[in-house]
Amino acid sequence: MAARGIQSGWDFLAQTAGFDIGEQLIAFDAGDSLARAFVVGLLNTLRVALAGIALCTLLGTLVGLGRLSRNLPLRALCHAYVELLRNVPLLVQLLVWYLLLVEFLPDASAAWSWRDALFLSKAGLAFPALVAGEGGWHWQLPALQGFGIEGGATLSPEFIAVTAGLGCYTAAFVAEVVRAGLRSVPRGQVEAAQSIGLSRRQTLRLVTGPQALRVIVPPLTNQYLNLTKNSSLAVAVGYPDLVSIANTTLNQTGRAVECIAIIMLVYLALSLLTAALMAVLDRRAALKER
Amino acid sequence: MALRQAVTARAAPGSQDGWLAWVRRELFGGWISALTTLALLAIATMALPGLADWALWQAVWRPDAEACQAARGMGACWGVIAEKQRVILLGRYPAPEHWRPVLASALLLALVVASGLRRCWKRWLLPAWIVVWATFLALMGGGVAGLQPVPTERWGGLPLTLMLATLSILLACPLAVLLALGRRSRMPAIRVLCACYVELVRGVPLISVLFMASFLFPLFLPAGTTPDVLLRVLLGIALFAAAYLAETVRAGLQSVPAGQAEAAASIGLGWWQAQHLVVLPQALGAVVPGLMNSFISIFKDSSLITIVSLYELTGSLGLALSGDPVWRPFMIEGYCFITAIYFVFCAAMSRYSLWVEQQQARALKR
Repeated sequence: MAARGIQSGWDFLAQTAGFDIGEQLIAFDAGDSLARAFVVGLLNTLRVALAGIALCTLLGTLVGLGRLSRNLPLRALCHAYVELLRNVPLLVQLLVWYLLLVEFLPDASAAWSWRDALFLSKAGLAFPALVAGEGGWHWQLPALQGFGIEGGATLSPEFIAVTAGLGCYTAAFVAEVVRAGLRSVPRGQVEAAQSIGLSRRQTLRLVTGPQALRVIVPPLTNQYLNLTKNSSLAVAVGYPDLVSIANTTLNQTGRAVECIAIIMLVYLALSLLTAALMAVLDRRAALKER
Repeated sequence: MALRQAVTARAAPGSQDGWLAWVRRELFGGWISALTTLALLAIATMALPGLADWALWQAVWRPDAEACQAARGMGACWGVIAEKQRVILLGRYPAPEHWRPVLASALLLALVVASGLRRCWKRWLLPAWIVVWATFLALMGGGVAGLQPVPTERWGGLPLTLMLATLSILLACPLAVLLALGRRSRMPAIRVLCACYVELVRGVPLISVLFMASFLFPLFLPAGTTPDVLLRVLLGIALFAAAYLAETVRAGLQSVPAGQAEAAASIGLGWWQAQHLVVLPQALGAVVPGLMNSFISIFKDSSLITIVSLYELTGSLGLALSGDPVWRPFMIEGYCFITAIYFVFCAAMSRYSLWVEQQQARALKR
């Protein structure tokens, strides 16, 4: 590589970034180092992955339970959801979410509001936030001012699109995992629970649920890992995640090897970390045999 | 004290069949179920007329930009698909030559469908694969038989999606089998190597592999020998997919009892023969649903090459509409179109997998 005049080494991380990042959890401006830009990107990736995991677990469990419901319309609806979302590429879904948000929502000056506390518009979702002011913490409500919304905290449309896309897509897979887990509990367990007078909800909470969890946790881990890796697609809608920062840096400095190595190492580390955490959960859900 | 009065007989249980019983069981079995049915019915009566209005009654079906503009917000503009279908489906392929990718994809599809049908499992299938692929590449690339050459940067749309998905599955499968066998090898070096490869690749996102294929491969090859970007991306997807397929194949290998390999050895088969004739057929048969899931993933993942600027189906939709101020507002109709295409292909694959499972179940019963 040296022979071709390609620079290598990690010194570029100390250079000033020279670009701004749309959203950041820690303060960042164009004058900061590239290393700090990567940290901002990593935090954005983690934020979107965690939000996606929360959403997919919640929605996936509901849809999975819905597929086992006694009610035919609900069952059909949940089945249709799973079939549709599983069979369309995530990238297309992310682009559609983003398009829906930026094309069909009103401008910030005409934002949809709910009780003057939540504002949904092309500029994202504004909601009340705790801010530190004189005399301690207090709630700050967002409010319409001129052409924009001031105050409170805001989720950008990119963040919402990526979270919703990842969450809804993975939820379809989680629903199948949940359904398979519940179906794996022998029929006799349900009958025994009914014979001692437990209601359907009690049966789920006390008898089938805990037994299903043993079957559910390992494939659920896989889905969480997939979601974390898929969050790299955020680059397609312009969410400043790790891949997007690395891509910008690569184009700016030409350090292809280093930038791609950073992406790979970070995702490897995240995968191993998630796997380790879920292994702990798995041990807790596993059958205790003496 | 003895009970002297006869206990009155209980009423006979209600009928369990007939449509009334079905309605009671499926729609109104318990008050929660009844509430759900009513709520869903209410939502449907509120949402469906509006949706049907947008998608059907108020929609513009002609490729007429002015009518579409007028109906904006009230009706869908399906005319955009009639107008732009060539670019969406074929990308930047030169317009006078459009018959070539269409014919090539039709051939490829026919080949894939034929390979899935039991009555076509004959000796001619292998030569057919070679002939069809040669024809496909000749038609797409040109430069032979008087066809005008078309560089791979201009290939795009559905033919590119189909080609990438099929070829990467084709390349990944043998590699996956080798990796899976390697992970169960008795030689520690091979075992560790295969395990590391599989675990490393499964730990990184496909995008990073694609970046590697498009930015890094050229750096490590001697100057002047850079292979085509499409080829590099294809190899990247195949190497990535092989790691996932390998895990599925390994699960299948583990489901085959050790006695099978021992029995094969006892009748004098060598290791390779035993794997090829006895173990692998059983192992692969056991994991057909898993393999099909991976194939569907590969098909869907082929959309990611948009990010490294190759215009397959997803990319060519952007290509068709983003740069055109007249038709740009009707992007959502375009997405509906490609969503339908992806859905049809993936749903067909998953139906096929179910059919294979049924065939296997029938074979076991006999």
